[in-house]
Amino acid sequence: MDARSGVFSGIKIAGFCWAVVGPLTMKYFADYGATVIRVETSQRPCTMRISAPYKDGKPGLDRSGYFNHFSANMLSLALNMEHPQALEVARRLVAESDVVMDNFTPGVMESWGLDYEELKKVKPDIIMLRQSGFGSWGPYAQQPAFGMILAAMAGLPNFIGWPDGGPLPVGVSAYTDCISPRFASAALIAALDYRNKTGKGQLLDLSQFETTLYFIMPAILEYISSGREPSRIGNSHPYAVPHGVYPCKGDDRWCTIAVFSDEQWASLCKVMGRTEYIDDPRFGTLPNRKKNEDAINRLIGSWTINFTPEEVMTEMQSAGVPAGVVKNAADIYDDPQLRQRNLFWPLNHPDMGLFTHLGQGFELSKTPAQAHMPSPQLGEHTEYVCTKILGMTDKEFVELVGAGVFV
Amino acid sequence: MLNGCRALDLTDENGFLCGKILADLGVDVIKVEKPGGDPSRRTEPFWADIPHPEKSLYWFAYNSDKRGITLNIEANDGKEILKKLVKTADFVIESFPPGFMDSLGLGYSMLSGIKKGIILTSITPFGQAGPYKDYQTSDIVIMGMAGILYQTGDPDHPPVQMSLPQACLHAGADAAVGTMIAYYHREMTGEGQQVDISMQQSAAWFLANAIPLWELSGVVSKRAGAFRWTVNSTQRQVWQCQDGYVFFFMVGGRAGAKTFHELVSWMDSEGMANEYLRSIDWENLDMFKVSQDVVDQISQPIEKFFLAHTKREIAQGAAERSISICPLSSMADLLNDAQLESRNFWVKIEHPELNTKITYPREFVKSSEKACATRFRAPLIGEHNEEIYGEIGLSKPDLFALKQAGII
Repeated sequence: MDARSGVFSGIKIAGFCWAVVGPLTMKYFADYGATVIRVETSQRPCTMRISAPYKDGKPGLDRSGYFNHFSANMLSLALNMEHPQALEVARRLVAESDVVMDNFTPGVMESWGLDYEELKKVKPDIIMLRQSGFGSWGPYAQQPAFGMILAAMAGLPNFIGWPDGGPLPVGVSAYTDCISPRFASAALIAALDYRNKTGKGQLLDLSQFETTLYFIMPAILEYISSGREPSRIGNSHPYAVPHGVYPCKGDDRWCTIAVFSDEQWASLCKVMGRTEYIDDPRFGTLPNRKKNEDAINRLIGSWTINFTPEEVMTEMQSAGVPAGVVKNAADIYDDPQLRQRNLFWPLNHPDMGLFTHLGQGFELSKTPAQAHMPSPQLGEHTEYVCTKILGMTDKEFVELVGAGVFV
Repeated sequence: MLNGCRALDLTDENGFLCGKILADLGVDVIKVEKPGGDPSRRTEPFWADIPHPEKSLYWFAYNSDKRGITLNIEANDGKEILKKLVKTADFVIESFPPGFMDSLGLGYSMLSGIKKGIILTSITPFGQAGPYKDYQTSDIVIMGMAGILYQTGDPDHPPVQMSLPQACLHAGADAAVGTMIAYYHREMTGEGQQVDISMQQSAAWFLANAIPLWELSGVVSKRAGAFRWTVNSTQRQVWQCQDGYVFFFMVGGRAGAKTFHELVSWMDSEGMANEYLRSIDWENLDMFKVSQDVVDQISQPIEKFFLAHTKREIAQGAAERSISICPLSSMADLLNDAQLESRNFWVKIEHPELNTKITYPREFVKSSEKACATRFRAPLIGEHNEEIYGEIGLSKPDLFALKQAGII
């Protein structure tokens, strides 16, 4: 917990954040050296702390695999904001911070007296980053927002499904929660740099709904241009045949294959030992393959089913054909590429034991992300934050503990 | 906020979003294309369905606010020009196969020799090193390798893709963050570095609780179609309504109780709730443990209620009650959405060549200090050649000669 090295060494972030989108944004900063203080309370714990799976199946605020998966490197300050003496502690925290982040439904920070105008009175150059589901104002602003719901609001399920079926959700429930933090973090770093150069803080306001729309922009432009709404096309692709997911040997095992050129088609036929298909008039060119797509998909599926997805991937890739394993969570956990790139950090956690914490999505050659400490127990760093960062005397701290502020 | 910074954007469609985010934050982003234009300009859809390199909507979507030049960086004269430009830049963003920039003599060590503190951001399917680094890919292949595809689709069908490419966007957005972290470090220390982005890793970064569920329980998260997959039951989250679909999933405990209370009282006010719904102790309902029978009994009246309403009625009713239920938006819905309108989200940008204005998102962040709004459309092929090459001392006759030689 001593002064950390790293790109953001010395930067302090007070995080009035819960669930996913706020904490995931703070993670970029915590992993690169900032002192990130999560303000939380056992009186209304973060929804992640009360989410399964739990260590040994036993629920407990410090035992959630979901919470502990992505909270490494952060400090936890237990502070019950409903307590009359809590606001003063929060204001002292703001005074020591460079950044205040929140992702509560708009109105919560205001109700505590921690809106931007109030924060500025405490710390004139504070940067406040707000990141709710719909943004801080507007007719839907007060709606609590879950990722799956926001994804539908942003139209993503229109692009998922079969021609004869309904729209389907993105398989990862918190999909929009991992989109918004990228936009937010880039903006926040720019704001920190701007403050360093001008002395000016600011308020940044993002909406998960809005940032998610950047992931479907071509389709919105297509509608503007042609009036065409997206249609569900299964696993097909306008310029590639075969293009899809094929069954493999094993229980619910699948591979992908995507052929964009006649050369790739020829290579695929060779790998399958069916060179007669290379110049077969039904399959030799993309337009003909498109016409006979169902037949091709059946042919390929009847070949891939004899192999594991790993075998298909290796054979196809060595022939230069785009193909891959459709990886499930167990495969991702053991993925050699992701392991080599340190996506996962095994860290000892007092309640979880040796437990896989999430690392970072990318690599910086000279200033790598650092696995400094495991995810915090609720309130684990309350005394440290109060006495070492906020400068409380022991007497003051003990009195506030006695008053029940730090729960 | 980043006025005064410059990026050279050498990426194809795998990296466009990185430069777009930097441009919106104020960086002068220069898109560097092959003479004749980037092959990604042939990516559909096209304006008015006319296939043409100046009409790709994919290009429009992610290259607005960038200026554009053409340059053959594989030719010696082209390399020398690029090096001159690098001297004026803070960032170089590229998405060539691993090792390609090195093979041209334009790798990180060379660039940092030309411009101290330069940041090179490299976006590839799997990263610069490792067993998969040279694999051939496409979006469906990467999304499969990233663990998202497996969990998407119906349980009795193969996993199914999202038909708009996604891995490149996860990577592009992550690249913007990595580039900014490297920039902050450079501003503090003067030191530049290489940012190594893997599309697989960016897409796989956050798989919700799939990894801890596997590690702690040995359970592999499965696809569940229109339902929400939990260990003990399947719970509907895609519901039909009168004119489309509604998304709503049952959240147990305190987090979801408000939505259930409000929904049941809304249904009650229209005579569509039943005794069973009114009797449930929502605060203590654990949706991860609840039996299929209870889920079904809760679902049936809700299903009828949604079917009796339109998307708009449900959206308005949910907003009034601050409950977490949303219709599935069509593209038309999005362009007319009341929330987006109240936040002034859309902006019309001039496309003089098409004799029209096209609607774009204005900005991804509202800053009280600096507008981050989209200012101008994506560049035409070589649109800013004269302007930008002029800055590094190339005259019109120079440019003519370079054009004849196929360099620009």
